[in-house]
Amino acid sequence: MSKMHVKLTVNGKEVEGLAEPRTLLIHFLREDLKITGPHIGCETSHCGACTVDIDGKSVKSCTTFVAQVNGADITTVEGLVNDDGSLGVLQEMFREHHGLQCGFCTPGMITRAHRLLQENPNPTEEEIRFGMAGNLCRCTGYQNIVKAISASADMLNAQAPSSSEAVGQTEVEAAE
Amino acid sequence: MNDQTLTPEERAANLKGMGCARKRVEDVRFTQGKGNYVDDIKLDGMLFGDFVRSPYAHARVVSVNKEAALALPGVIAVLTAEDLSPLGLHWMPTLAGDKQMVLADGKVLFQGQEVAFVVAEDRYIAADAVELVEVEYEELPVLTDPFEALKSDVVLREDLEGQTEGAHGPRKHHNHIFTWEQGDKDATEAVLAEADVVAEEMVYYHRTHPCPLETCGSVASMDKVTGKLTLYGTFQAPHAIRTVVSLISGLAEHNIRVISPDIGGGFGNKVGAYAGYVCSVVASIVTGKPVKWVEDRMENLMSTAFARDYWMQGKIAATKEGKITGLWCHTTADHGGFDACADPTKFPAGFMNICTGSYDIPTAYLAVDGVYTNKAPGGVAYRCSFRVTEAAYFIERMIEVLAIKLNMDAAELRRINFIKANQFPYQSALGWEYDSGDYHTAWDKALKAVDYDGLRADQAQRIEEFKAGKTRKLLGIGLTHFTEIVGAGPVKNCDILGLGMFDSCEIRIHPTGSAIARLGTISQGQGHATTFAQIIASEIGLPADDITLEEGDTDTAPYGLGTYGSRSTPVAGAATAMAARKIRAKAQMIAAYLLEVHDNDVEWDVDRFAVKGAPERFKTMKEIAFAAYNQAIPGLEPGLEAVSYYDPPNMTYPFGAYICVMEIDVDTGEWEVRQFYALDDCGTRINPMIIDGQVHGGVTEALAIAMGQEIAYDEMGNVKTGTLMDFFLPTAWETPNYITDYTVTPSPHHPIGAKGVGESPNVGGVPAFSNAVHDAFRPFGLVQSHMPHDHWRIWKIANGLGMHG
Repeated sequence: MSKMHVKLTVNGKEVEGLAEPRTLLIHFLREDLKITGPHIGCETSHCGACTVDIDGKSVKSCTTFVAQVNGADITTVEGLVNDDGSLGVLQEMFREHHGLQCGFCTPGMITRAHRLLQENPNPTEEEIRFGMAGNLCRCTGYQNIVKAISASADMLNAQAPSSSEAVGQTEVEAAE
Repeated sequence: MNDQTLTPEERAANLKGMGCARKRVEDVRFTQGKGNYVDDIKLDGMLFGDFVRSPYAHARVVSVNKEAALALPGVIAVLTAEDLSPLGLHWMPTLAGDKQMVLADGKVLFQGQEVAFVVAEDRYIAADAVELVEVEYEELPVLTDPFEALKSDVVLREDLEGQTEGAHGPRKHHNHIFTWEQGDKDATEAVLAEADVVAEEMVYYHRTHPCPLETCGSVASMDKVTGKLTLYGTFQAPHAIRTVVSLISGLAEHNIRVISPDIGGGFGNKVGAYAGYVCSVVASIVTGKPVKWVEDRMENLMSTAFARDYWMQGKIAATKEGKITGLWCHTTADHGGFDACADPTKFPAGFMNICTGSYDIPTAYLAVDGVYTNKAPGGVAYRCSFRVTEAAYFIERMIEVLAIKLNMDAAELRRINFIKANQFPYQSALGWEYDSGDYHTAWDKALKAVDYDGLRADQAQRIEEFKAGKTRKLLGIGLTHFTEIVGAGPVKNCDILGLGMFDSCEIRIHPTGSAIARLGTISQGQGHATTFAQIIASEIGLPADDITLEEGDTDTAPYGLGTYGSRSTPVAGAATAMAARKIRAKAQMIAAYLLEVHDNDVEWDVDRFAVKGAPERFKTMKEIAFAAYNQAIPGLEPGLEAVSYYDPPNMTYPFGAYICVMEIDVDTGEWEVRQFYALDDCGTRINPMIIDGQVHGGVTEALAIAMGQEIAYDEMGNVKTGTLMDFFLPTAWETPNYITDYTVTPSPHHPIGAKGVGESPNVGGVPAFSNAVHDAFRPFGLVQSHMPHDHWRIWKIANGLGMHG
């Protein structure tokens, strides 16, 4: 099958490659760009493990053709780490509040939560639960995910806009 | 460097040992998207495999034509049973003593069964080629009802025709698999005949599926130069998989390296061996290239690892005061087309004989008949220990049914029948020795926490309002007191494919006082890297942060039976403590040498050995570690490491009291959980944060199962719930908040007293939700209604009770 030229900005970097018109964005990210944070859980848009941020919207990349988003600005969970490599606020709060177990839904969860807090910086618990309802988790029962997002909102709101990079940084510990 | 100003408590806190809500070390990777799951593995030249699957539930495979598929550019091979048969790999043994087709050998027995394996350069080409394989089928009559199957002339397993003896004794019919009997039939029937009261009910626990967010998959890589096969996969039991692969493929076991990388949830789905694993191995051997197979969600729900599907006919006898005198149960177990249940060999119905539950029932009898039908094989323990959820649901429904018959409060009926604290260790009528428990204390604490009397008063008022036409919502109070049996298990009782169910831990202390520990288990989200390090920290006094955990690589980890049935903490956790104690014993000798005193003149103090009576003279574990590598100590080998293979003397018996308060709209069938209280007693608590997380997740899985999740078939054997559109997984929106609580009754035989917790919430949660639904309708005459209690079925209950005018 003939391939088309694709150009994207992913996590702040310009990338390009060749893809069949039918290539799904999730496969382009995972197979071609080796960005394996977004996961495949259902391939029918239900589970949200593949959620990425495209031009300021949460999108399920398992049901999006890469051709549809040619030229777009995409953020995945890998792009939510602070510049110095430390965990971003949401990532740190998910850890702090035990908002993950097997970790498979986590990249999609955090990426969606990132956008949710842009859409609504002061969400109530109900708004968090509604706003996260497109992302399934089989391990946590959501209670600690809700807590983590709520704590992130508090933390982000406490930051003065000018010092946004200083707060919420925690040293990344060596992985096990 | 040895800060003497710190108190022992402060030094203990610095270790982040047992009892500490230590943050998880795994999360640093996972939150950044740096997990390494099977589908993340990419090897040079890797090919991709995909299955042609049967659209029919029962059919003869007349022919398979591969030509068009093979003609597609990028297609490397198409494998069928014919190709696998010269290798003897067209069938494989199941964990239950049966055998199962890897690829359809002449016929198919369930919809979605694997017929051919296409190998191509990428997953898109493989998917195209699957469509190009032409299979001619001849449809056969379909049996989806196990009761019908036992009467039908239709023979499902022609390969077993004439075999009147199966792996678990006589077969009564060509679609019958086994009968398993426990307890005293005659005595139980005598009790039933003489009892003041007998309640009888059919309790159905429907077919469902563990559905972890990551589906099953594998990557096989055969190195033709070295002759070594590396197999990555979603394996809850990597060592057992290595042995199975060796036995069925003929490859020497030392030439097989099995690796379970990060696993995206298991819940029992990833215990068994699947056709995809075998086909990826064969394809790699045939092509000489690495081959990846990852199933999609529909394949996962249709073909791998169903759970439950038990029809449990029960009779419970009691005095008119409510003292239970006997329990009788006959279960018809629908196992699908092959008996692939994941149970210890001697337990074809798992630990279903824990069905006397938390109650002192003097006489009991259980029989289970396994039956073949045209459904997918499996029968895995979905977040439970080998059919314990079925047993707990059965007894917790029978208690409620008996309460109705006696016109008694169900909380009080439980209380007067609980095994008393002074009866432990308790010998149950169906053959188990419960290790420890204090059910009355837990129960009283739970009832008080939810203000049980107040709830009943609310409910009474609600009933009045409903009858007066002031509300259309009912209030249900779902009670459960469950007892689990986990931590399989003593090798004398429990094996899988002849492999004793011990587990293992190897600990190596490095010269600078850090450590690596390797276990025979494999985490799928339970946080082993965090909690097992805590056990070691408390046992040997090195900070948990300085201890690396490694699991899942059979070339490096000691042999173990893996993670399922809540066995990691009871078995591998015990092995961890025992290995650590061996290290401490050697450390004591080193410390005594360094301090120039006799071995018995030093004593352990949190993170050091100190001279008895002279605490200022001590050697810390860190100092001892260095000495182990740097001093020539007479009579001692250099180094500081130990391995323990732990064969537990008994199972552990965690228990808990769960209470669910549910609002039910009789007109729409909609439900809302108003309150959920979960008290768990898992013995010694290693990490309370992780315990709470396990409870939240397990209760949510219970919510799913009780309130809507099922693998449903139509009469043609078509799977009606093959996508996440139809298969209910609760979102954050319908999931309530849970209140968690605990009591601590340590296991007397476990080195650290821990019992395991991961599965309790599913075992206790399902009856709590279901009993809440039943309880709401109890005042209007409902006795028993089958799960799942989705809106439609709840509406039907209301309709059947004449609530819709």
